[in-house]
Amino acid sequence: MSGQRVLVVDDDLHIRRLLHSTLTRGGYEPIEATSAKEALALAAEHKPDAVLLDLGLPDRDGLEIVQLLKKASPAPILVLSARDSTDQKVAALDLGADDYVTKPFDSEEVLARLRVSLRHRLQAEGAMPVVRAGDLVIDLADRRIMRGDEEIHLTRKEYEVLRILAASPGRVVTHQRALEAAWPREYDRRIDYLRIVVRNLRQKLELDPARPSLIVNELGVGYRLITDG
Amino acid sequence: MTDRDRPAPEAFLRAAAQEGRGRLKIFLGAAPGVGKTYEMLSEGAARKRAGVDIVVGVVETHGRVETEALTRGLEILPRRALDHANHVLTEMDLDALLERRPELALVDELAHTNAPGSRHPKRYQDVEELLEAGIDVYSTINIQHVESLNDVVASFTRVRVRETVPDRVLEAAEIEVVDIPPDELIERLKDGKVYLPQEATRALSHFFSKTNLSALRELALRRAAQAVDAQMLDHLREHAVGGTWAGSERILVAVSELPSSIELVRAAKRLADAAHAPWTAIHVETPRTQGLGEAEMKRVADALAMASSLGAVVATVPAVSVVEGLKSYAVDARATQIVVGKSQRSRWFELRHGSVVDRLVRETPGIAVHVLATAAGPATPTGRRKATGAWGTRAGYGWSALMVAGVTAVASGLFHILDLGNVALLYLLPVMAAASLFGLRTGLFAGLVSSLAYNFVFLPPTGTLTVSNPENVISIIVLLGVAFVTSQLTSRVRAQADLAAGSARTNAALASYLRQLTALADAHEVAKAACAEIAGLLGVKVVILEQGATGLSVMAASLADPPLETMEIAAAQWVWDTGQPAGRGTGTLTASDWQFQPLRAGDRVLAVLGVARDDGRDPVRSDQLALLGSLLDQTSLTLERLRLEVEMRDVDAVRERDRLRAALLSSVSHDLRTPLTSVLAAAAELRRRIDDPLLDTIESEAQRLNRFVANLLDMARVEAGALRLNLEPVDLTDAVGGAVHDARRALEGRAIQLDVLPSLPLVNVDPQLFHHCLLNLLDNAGRYGDPGTPITIRAERSHDALTLSVMDEGPGLPAGREKEVFETFRRLEGSDRQVGGTGLGLAIVKGFAEAMGIAVEAGNRGDGLVGARFSLRFPERLLVKEADL
Repeated sequence: MSGQRVLVVDDDLHIRRLLHSTLTRGGYEPIEATSAKEALALAAEHKPDAVLLDLGLPDRDGLEIVQLLKKASPAPILVLSARDSTDQKVAALDLGADDYVTKPFDSEEVLARLRVSLRHRLQAEGAMPVVRAGDLVIDLADRRIMRGDEEIHLTRKEYEVLRILAASPGRVVTHQRALEAAWPREYDRRIDYLRIVVRNLRQKLELDPARPSLIVNELGVGYRLITDG
Repeated sequence: MTDRDRPAPEAFLRAAAQEGRGRLKIFLGAAPGVGKTYEMLSEGAARKRAGVDIVVGVVETHGRVETEALTRGLEILPRRALDHANHVLTEMDLDALLERRPELALVDELAHTNAPGSRHPKRYQDVEELLEAGIDVYSTINIQHVESLNDVVASFTRVRVRETVPDRVLEAAEIEVVDIPPDELIERLKDGKVYLPQEATRALSHFFSKTNLSALRELALRRAAQAVDAQMLDHLREHAVGGTWAGSERILVAVSELPSSIELVRAAKRLADAAHAPWTAIHVETPRTQGLGEAEMKRVADALAMASSLGAVVATVPAVSVVEGLKSYAVDARATQIVVGKSQRSRWFELRHGSVVDRLVRETPGIAVHVLATAAGPATPTGRRKATGAWGTRAGYGWSALMVAGVTAVASGLFHILDLGNVALLYLLPVMAAASLFGLRTGLFAGLVSSLAYNFVFLPPTGTLTVSNPENVISIIVLLGVAFVTSQLTSRVRAQADLAAGSARTNAALASYLRQLTALADAHEVAKAACAEIAGLLGVKVVILEQGATGLSVMAASLADPPLETMEIAAAQWVWDTGQPAGRGTGTLTASDWQFQPLRAGDRVLAVLGVARDDGRDPVRSDQLALLGSLLDQTSLTLERLRLEVEMRDVDAVRERDRLRAALLSSVSHDLRTPLTSVLAAAAELRRRIDDPLLDTIESEAQRLNRFVANLLDMARVEAGALRLNLEPVDLTDAVGGAVHDARRALEGRAIQLDVLPSLPLVNVDPQLFHHCLLNLLDNAGRYGDPGTPITIRAERSHDALTLSVMDEGPGLPAGREKEVFETFRRLEGSDRQVGGTGLGLAIVKGFAEAMGIAVEAGNRGDGLVGARFSLRFPERLLVKEADL
């Protein structure tokens, strides 16, 4: 796993220095860019395995760079974003960013997200038929959810929501994507429907539904299924 | 500018649902290209964001990019294709829409005619079916498609549209005018931003002239105002004090120059009060009243003014006779009762002319006529009439005599071929000519002279005035009788023609005034034009006043430096404050020479108009009241239009300021947080290499700074009133869980007891703002709770609300001062000695919560434990009803 190249794009020297240190500790090989222009040039030249991108760059709109980078290389993009800018996060995810880390960030969190994204890239979507989360085993091929020997029965909608979350284990799934997966008709796609389904899922899956640890909420963005390793 | 000032869309929806019928909102424009569709779509998008289930039934974007952009994100129903005469037409799929049953459907172009083969010939009928099914509808229409205005529009634009929508559809709808100034629209037309069908381009380019657009705009604004008025009236009728307008009684009182008119007015007022009915005082202007003297005219004006001050509608109606005038007005106004005075004419006069009362009773079936016998009162000198009008001119008599002489001469010449009867017929010529040219009395004079001449020259024995044959007596009587009737008829026709010419002149004056006003774009120019026009038409001095910072000041006047004394200013101020007329000729502050009238739009007084005469007489004659009223209405309307335009520009300015402020806040936020991020992350990174307690200091202090920065920025947003709400249904479990996670550092070493049932309803809040509220409450509890004690978070459902409380175990709040904790920078003594904090946290909680419609409460916990309790109370309307799954 080591030796993978990660392109860090941020105009702030201190953040770059910090990420450099974190990435090196995590066994990655950081490349640094300070502007959108440089980032695109480096992405073309070095073919990084992943990109850490700050959206507030001086020379170009952050969302535009997500699109350009996505075109330039298949590497997963992790966006660094302030907590309040949920709209920006959602837009970046819609445009193809893989996940995001909220500032001020924890370096462990950055490494964890990076690991999930890189692993996901190695496995094509749906190629991972069994997902383990806590004491649950989600078998996407057999459409079965087991806790130990006991099978947990889900409604159709509950299963569809869990399936889309499990298809991207550890990564955020936007409300919109979850709705599209479980509600075929566009006019049914209401966020309150999704919230109720997630609540029911937690009742069936979580050990303490009041303190969810499997399906966690991402404020204003979506949900994330926390999986093992 | 916070969103809570807006009426809650939920309330709107609920009201509609109760009635079972959908609500219609129409975006009304003056012409194509003003942006109706754009406006409708943006409002639709806003409602969608607010969680309303919206479907676009049909929309015509005509390829406009901005408009098309708005349809993105909205669900658009596919159109239905219809085969017609070898080509395929597409129409809105009504059945699919009914089956889909959204809460709100957007249906563009209400006036559209459906393709043959559709269920209804017209789209507005489709819309009515949607409303019937309980679906709310937004639609658009241009003013020329409104049925009652179709002719009006065609008359000045010379473009007639065949697709019209009945007025009743508009009357049942909420109307929003989409308005842009004509210049801007013409600009857009030149830029090619207005869609025109290919074949209609030429016809329509005439349509888009500035005069036309101004007039159309005026019509649209007026139609919308009318709709508001009608709805207000309906509302009043429904909610009138004391029940109803009792079977819609309407009372009419006829006011004359007699002193008893005042009593009539009072009697009518009593009747109206008893019946809770609207009432009207009317003065009928007949040819006779035009000859009234000054004192009599004043009595009429006084009686009308009093009626007006007692709440009557006042009208002056021109007509040939009092009965005719009362009759036609009573029918038009659907009066149910008429109050008239007992005639003080002699019995002899009544025998000859028939009494007004008798004729009224006979000719107005279904209307109760109250006749009031009033005390004789002071003698009414009606004799002071101007001699010229009724009696005719001397020249008239001369010409009549000459004509009779001429006919006599001609008849003598032809006597050998005429018999006596035909000679008599010839004499009708001068009689009719005299009556029609010079009036009744001159006509009668000609009749008399004719019969004398006939008798003297032609009737045997000729040369004398005696009559030998009784048959000839009859011919003289017939001649006189015919003369009388003819002259009566012709003089009546003449009177009518005069009145018609008078009202035509008034209408022409009004029309030209209106044209003049529509071209003006500045309130002062309008005031100036109004002064000149009213001064010219009424022959008076005019001044228009407006309220400035230091009181009333002159906006415009018909003369330089109008002589307004303290008394006049006081009267004008009273008019401004109360919206009622005052000064000479009204019931209030009559000592002044000036009369002041409000220029008003609804309840708002826009300016005050003063009129006076040079000779100090009453400023407004009763026959000028109607004209002045129309002029005032037109002026008010124009001023209101200009005021709305200014307001619109102001709104744009405020929007721009908000945008700048938001940009500034976000840039400050970025600049302050980036270094903090580096510091925090660097400390965490260092901790992996060395272990030093100083790292704790760096971390905790940087965390604190980070929190303060966040709070300061939040407070700035609250204080600036610049909160933008982004409401969505939120699960309290998620919200509490997220806040506990983010506040974990501040809560180190404390247990969190969660008492939040997962079955509680979702709440409609802005997730970000709510998160900040909870963070601050947790932070506060963490600081003031005794060390090592747990924090309890509890949610409780009551019958009309949901309450979420955060409770600590600590000293609690000093009794009686619970509310103070929410004030900015307030930390209650006794509780802040050892704990740090800016004192902003709770003020932010209050600001954010109230912006979302959540009430905040602070107190001590009442569950047996000692400590403070902070609660967020969600009223019913913020709770999301359980979704159907």
